[in-house]
Amino acid sequence: MSGSELGLAISVFLACAVEAVEALTIVLAVGSTRSWRSALTGVGAAVVVLAGLTGALGRALTALPIGALRVVVGGLLLIFGLQWLRKAILRAAGLKALHDEREAYEAERAAAGAAGAPGSGIDGYSFTIAFKGVLLEGLEVVFIVLTFGANQHDVGLAAAAAGVAVLLVVAAGLAIHAPLARVPENTMKFAVGVMLSSFGIFWGAEGAGAQWPGGDGALLAIVPAVLVFSLGLVAAARRRPGARTGEVARGEAVAGA
Amino acid sequence: MRLLRFLWDFVVGDDWRIAVGVALALGATALIADTSVAAWWIVPVAVAVLLAVSVWRAVRVVR
Repeated sequence: MSGSELGLAISVFLACAVEAVEALTIVLAVGSTRSWRSALTGVGAAVVVLAGLTGALGRALTALPIGALRVVVGGLLLIFGLQWLRKAILRAAGLKALHDEREAYEAERAAAGAAGAPGSGIDGYSFTIAFKGVLLEGLEVVFIVLTFGANQHDVGLAAAAAGVAVLLVVAAGLAIHAPLARVPENTMKFAVGVMLSSFGIFWGAEGAGAQWPGGDGALLAIVPAVLVFSLGLVAAARRRPGARTGEVARGEAVAGA
Repeated sequence: MRLLRFLWDFVVGDDWRIAVGVALALGATALIADTSVAAWWIVPVAVAVLLAVSVWRAVRVVR
């Protein structure tokens, strides 16, 4: 396995694991409060939609010429990665609330309980919440799988890394029957942001016609440079007034990635 | 319209300046790559500036 393939697998695995943890919290809350059968049906429907999207868009993307693919998809990957990295930096600096799975779980359970008693047959509330939760969290994974996989011409490896992450998270969820509150989500998001941004820089510039000194070996300098620069931004932001003082709005704690 | 809004929020996110900056950096790279001047440094420098400015703006909002 080459360095690029390893980077692809690690990035997709981490991104998928962290999104699966968030989706698991939603499904556990609605399933345990209302209807497991309806919630799991919603999960299945979302997985079918996500798999269809990955298959269809993956084939279309890999049919593009590599130059156009790298500049367009590299650019999208860079924009997407920088958004992840920016949020992770702000959370690490204490300027944005960390995602709290236990709080999200309790909020989801309260909402599910207040939605009235489930009827017989498929419970529309459970189905819809589980479907929407898995679909929205999964779309970020599909985006990463497709952009990384298409650029590397290995959508299969990206999909396999995503599948392993989902299986591990589901197995952990089944084992403890509770949201995975101890998973270091922001550290994982930080790592994913660094990797997406680094590969986006490399592929985007290469697709636009730039020649990297050292070819693919340039990634060995880009990844640590992005990591060190981002950690420097965390350190600088922590020194600002307002950091680590709990000024962040409570509502952000259960917001998305 | 709602789909476009969703796609915009999904890809571009909280700070549209990052998306505009990345597009400009890639365009500048393409222009300079056609000359004899090295163009590989443009995107990394642009990313450093864009990320630092975006984080700085968010810090100021929290303050």
